[in-house]
Amino acid sequence: MTQSPIPNPQSPTTLQAALAILRKDALTELRTRESITAMLVFAVMAIVMFNFALRLRVDSFKPLTPGVLWVTLVFAGTLGLSRSMSSEQINQCLDGLLLAPCDRSAIFIGKAFTNMLFMLVSAVILVPITAILFDESLLQPGVWLVVVLGVIGYAGAGTLIAAMSASTRAREVFLPILLFPLILPLLTASVIATSGFLDKLAFADFGPWMGVQIAFIVIFWTAGILLFEFVVEG
Amino acid sequence: MLLTATALTKLFGMRPVLRGVDLYVDRGEFVTILGPNGAGKTTLLRILATLSTPNGGTLSIGGIDALKDAAKARANIGMVSHHSLVYPDLTAYENLRFFARMYGLREIRNQRLEIGATQSPISPKQGLVNLQSPDQRIEEALRKVNLWNRAHDYARTFSRGMTQRLTIARAILHNPPLLLLDEPYTGLDQASAQNLSALLREVALSGRAVVMTTHELGRGLEGVTRFVQVEQGKLVGISDLGLGIGGNAR
Repeated sequence: MTQSPIPNPQSPTTLQAALAILRKDALTELRTRESITAMLVFAVMAIVMFNFALRLRVDSFKPLTPGVLWVTLVFAGTLGLSRSMSSEQINQCLDGLLLAPCDRSAIFIGKAFTNMLFMLVSAVILVPITAILFDESLLQPGVWLVVVLGVIGYAGAGTLIAAMSASTRAREVFLPILLFPLILPLLTASVIATSGFLDKLAFADFGPWMGVQIAFIVIFWTAGILLFEFVVEG
Repeated sequence: MLLTATALTKLFGMRPVLRGVDLYVDRGEFVTILGPNGAGKTTLLRILATLSTPNGGTLSIGGIDALKDAAKARANIGMVSHHSLVYPDLTAYENLRFFARMYGLREIRNQRLEIGATQSPISPKQGLVNLQSPDQRIEEALRKVNLWNRAHDYARTFSRGMTQRLTIARAILHNPPLLLLDEPYTGLDQASAQNLSALLREVALSGRAVVMTTHELGRGLEGVTRFVQVEQGKLVGISDLGLGIGGNAR
């Protein structure tokens, strides 16, 4: 007489599953160095070219530094976003994640954590390079806070849009087309807040823009957590 | 009943892919769903695995309403699909370690991990006496599919047959009562197909249920207790072969 197997009573918490995805992605990245290398090479090349071009044509290019930094960071981030979801398309690995006995928002959170980590690593290298090339005092806590908030917001919106575009045939085209209009408020807020710190303005003058960053984070992380299941199934 | 699906319907746009499918599977059964390409077999299996939501019908797995509480129901499911669902840049061991985390495997009761073994059940009084760590479970699953000696090799270096064995190890890692297989013999050579057949028989013998789709009548049908024929999204025939492997009369 055979026995019935006992159903596995355990399921991971959302955070445990999200951290497992982050760990897996970090391990894969350490091994392949595909995402961060691509992001960094692009970002450094872009910032050097911006610096070179602006020096030739603009008398005082310092005020342009926040805009150049953020545009470069956003474009570089797109490379990582695209890669983070396409890596789950290989061998249909996304199905493996969807089969896990946990809330599917855990997949969104894990992927967003990964994108956040990769962008922060890129920013840690890019910001000092920008500071040197543009001779700006970017290495100050206020600017780093703006960078962290901007990256968190961008990772939330970007992960959701990357998941939406991942199942389309022209995902490389759809991702920026859908994402860039959406992140315009975040990009604007990040540029203005960075300028505020660089120009040593009173916090009251640019503080509300950091509020915009926080509002963007809340909106898009909430949307991602609530909608991810429908996005990936669709 | 381990799996109860009633009146399942699925539309892709306006096109009906499943048209009122009923399926009942008990423990110890090995059910094979037959049908030509495009009959709706894969769609049916994806719905049973909670990877796709039906437009109508009910689905219960292990007594859990899988349409309302899919996450809980998924703990009872192991799936082998067309694709391997394994990460090529991770080793076999790392792949299973990742999925162990995704399935929340920690210190849990030692549940009949030796497929086909006649281990005595754990009494409630014994509680957590028989513990097995995720690492032990990974080793056991890899040994079961004869991949332990390649545990630390990258999955990308594996042949099709070895990848399929790793996929099966992933599917049985959390010891699910229900194993779903979608055309698992596709691309396998004779030897790998025989190994897979033996493994599936063992799985059914251990008191789990196996539901497999195939369009090939020639392979992997040893040990099957029931054939279900699907055509154009409908069940058109059931051939009950009598007693289930687990002794469940059908």
